Amino acid sequence: MKNIKNVSRRDFLKLSGIAASTFMLGVNLPTSKAQAHDDSAHELNFFVSIDTSGEVTLICHRSEMGQGIRTSVPQIIAEELEADWSKVSVVQAKADKKYGSQGTAGSASIRSHFTTIRKMGAIARDMLEQAAANIWQVDKSQVKAKQHYVHHKATGQKISFGELAKHAAKLTPPEQKTVKLKSNSDFSLIGKDVKQVDLDEIVAGKAQYAQDIQLPNMLIASIQRPPVVGGKVKSFDASEAKKIKGVVDVIQLKVRPFPVNVMPLSGIAVVATNTWAAIEGRKKLKIEWDHGDKHVHNSESFRKELISKVNSKGIKVSSKGDVYAHNYNQKNTLEATYTVPYINHAPMETPAATAMIEGDKCTVWAGTQNPQWAQGMVAQELGLKREDAHKVELNVTLMGGAFGRKSKGDFIVEAVELAKATGRPVKVIWSREDDIKHGFYHSIAANYLKAEILDNGKVDNLISRNAYPPIGWLFNDKTKQPSDSQLSLGFADLPFDLNTLSYENHEVDSFVRPGWVRSVACINNGFALGSFVDELAVKAHVSTRKMWLDLIGSNRIVDPTEDGFKYSNYSLDAKVHPIDTKRIKNLINLISDKAKVEQQLPEGQGWGISFLRSFGSFVAAATKVEVKDKKVTVLEMHTAVDCGIVVTPDRVKAQMEGAMVFGLSIALMGEITVDKGIVKQSNFHDYPVTRMNQVPKLFVHLVDSDAPPGGIGEPGVPPVAPSITNAIYHASKTRIRDLPVNKVFQV
Amino acid sequence: MISLTVNNKILKLDIEPQMPLLYALRDELKLTGTKFGCGAGQCGACTVHLDGQAIRSCITPVSAVEGKKITTIEGLSDKKEHQIQIAWKEFKVPQCGYCQSGQMMSASALLKQNSNPTEQDIESFMQGNICRCGTYKRIKAAIQSAAKSNKGMS
Repeated sequence: MKNIKNVSRRDFLKLSGIAASTFMLGVNLPTSKAQAHDDSAHELNFFVSIDTSGEVTLICHRSEMGQGIRTSVPQIIAEELEADWSKVSVVQAKADKKYGSQGTAGSASIRSHFTTIRKMGAIARDMLEQAAANIWQVDKSQVKAKQHYVHHKATGQKISFGELAKHAAKLTPPEQKTVKLKSNSDFSLIGKDVKQVDLDEIVAGKAQYAQDIQLPNMLIASIQRPPVVGGKVKSFDASEAKKIKGVVDVIQLKVRPFPVNVMPLSGIAVVATNTWAAIEGRKKLKIEWDHGDKHVHNSESFRKELISKVNSKGIKVSSKGDVYAHNYNQKNTLEATYTVPYINHAPMETPAATAMIEGDKCTVWAGTQNPQWAQGMVAQELGLKREDAHKVELNVTLMGGAFGRKSKGDFIVEAVELAKATGRPVKVIWSREDDIKHGFYHSIAANYLKAEILDNGKVDNLISRNAYPPIGWLFNDKTKQPSDSQLSLGFADLPFDLNTLSYENHEVDSFVRPGWVRSVACINNGFALGSFVDELAVKAHVSTRKMWLDLIGSNRIVDPTEDGFKYSNYSLDAKVHPIDTKRIKNLINLISDKAKVEQQLPEGQGWGISFLRSFGSFVAAATKVEVKDKKVTVLEMHTAVDCGIVVTPDRVKAQMEGAMVFGLSIALMGEITVDKGIVKQSNFHDYPVTRMNQVPKLFVHLVDSDAPPGGIGEPGVPPVAPSITNAIYHASKTRIRDLPVNKVFQV
Repeated sequence: MISLTVNNKILKLDIEPQMPLLYALRDELKLTGTKFGCGAGQCGACTVHLDGQAIRSCITPVSAVEGKKITTIEGLSDKKEHQIQIAWKEFKVPQCGYCQSGQMMSASALLKQNSNPTEQDIESFMQGNICRCGTYKRIKAAIQSAAKSNKGMS
């Protein structure tokens, strides 16, 4: 029984911290196809435990940041297990490679691991059924698990999971190939709204986030980091800082070389017995900085450089036919350049981590989207060998928002560096100013699009170019172009029926830390695409709906690799998760009909729509705005989503509502600007995010689907901003090609 | 020594008088339900009640609250849940949940001074509380529902 075992009680307790239980199942499953190239990530390991009273404990190995994964993963296991949801409790996994990928990013938890999570429940159920069959001395086919009992089909007798647990524990797990998963029509828990696992604790104010960790003898650190990436401390004077009551020490952090990776930025740390003393001490620091090479950066002149780049021929990403041999009819040709600024995540909980080192034991508590990556970074910081990373105990707390920021472990390593330096537990807390000024920003980006409306009304001869600092620069500072998988994010994967096209990209230097922000390059690519389709519709005097439908063409599966592009499809198998134009057209029609976007509106009002398929899901957005006296008021917003099988409908709706609000921030206000390499913004007064009075009526339309599940945390975001700016155009005839809107209108 | 009355308990603390209430609650009293969000009174994550009024504890020095009654999320209701907390559960308001203590403290203060708020009253009172997850629609619905059930009780 390769890869499957009943783990020892001691192992299980050690792994999970769960109190005594009778049936403990550990299963190593081959990973989904998406990761099959990576040998180190070949196992997934989920744990089910059932005690004699029938209480079921399930481990959630993915990190919770508000998307509801601590509810949805156990819900999937419980479905296949046939567990009574009211008897299920959830334990958060620590960092451990036995769980396979724990990196909670790319909206991947369910879309990439749905089947493997289900198998965990199914194997445990199979063993409970076998145990019952053994007791009744019948074949397993004669019994069936249902709602926490195994039933004997012929006699109607039943035995509870609690009673069966000790018998199942003695069995050898079955070959996973022999274990049947439920058919979709038999789902009783998947697709049902269950109560969020953390709801009661959150509402009572008792949920524990990274900032809430309290340890005896703990110090709190506030760190002044170099204002410019790659900057160094020339000299500093801590004498005044040390006079503040409660300040214990002032510590210069080690200088970190390029590439910056996701490691700390260095700087001067003030450690104190309370947060206030650390903050006050930090204010008294006198530091002279060597700003380094990145001091030259100005985001406004950089934006102009990017615009100029994309207005010239770039490096080929993929192409079909030869657009450059084509003679464009200028009158019927549309060219447009769109820009998106640097954008920050700004989760409500700023980054925070606590580290404690006792002898050779290091324990960390962090709100991290990527526990194992962080664990490896901590091990490296402590000088441990890679294979000894497991010696670092990394506890995963709830995250007060993340949006991609907390994939990076810089703040965790800061805590470890300081715990080592002080010999005491240290909690690092980023101020809001730290968070705004030292982020991993969505890259400032320019997108250029050109296409021609032919005499028959059809659009063709598309050129699409983009230019932006690539995230790969973090890991190799020679990197000037995005990877193929980055270019697969709503760029070289357009679902359009075109004879001639060219996708191109440009080399770009990086000056601030680029990072994954909720939906990543789909933000700029989706904005450009959604705007351009609307502009084409205006030029062709047709509805935006018709322009989308005409561009997409017939029902078919689009394969971007046909044109020679190494399309990554969000690491999903294209056979299982294809670019299906029928589903796209359905959504364009659904959003247009549900929002009634073609209705006659009063003067000064307009509807805008947009669409993007991303992270395996299909999302369309529609927004109605009013533009009056140079002020934009958003009146109504809709999203329609086809994400395949829905596990927890209410959480999918919540994610789409949140994506509309996040998209509102991006469209209307979100802008980080940089001068002399230094971020100008500092807090919510100059980096505003959406507030309640800016949020209109929100509607979510879920498509009923049997398709394998797609992602949900990110795909809601990309179509929102262009739906807003398109609406502004239709309300005011003012076209916004450069975000955010508040450069032109009051919002 | 600073004397604070928090959730009906009188507590004496050896802290600087300028220390914002937020850090006294979190670091000294270990009442971590009240959250840090901006340190500048701009986001509302740190909202608590001072004599029943919503205040931002991150910019309120402890010296200014001596002798006054401070209520945090942990003390919002004595035994049974506050109407606002019940409504928050009914509408499944939280996503990450981090800002929700502050949201609930603001909302409960609103209902105390205006038992029947209009949509505009709610927006105007609550716009100081940021939710980056974007749960505003449900916050509004939960407040409206709590207001209705309050009326039924009184």
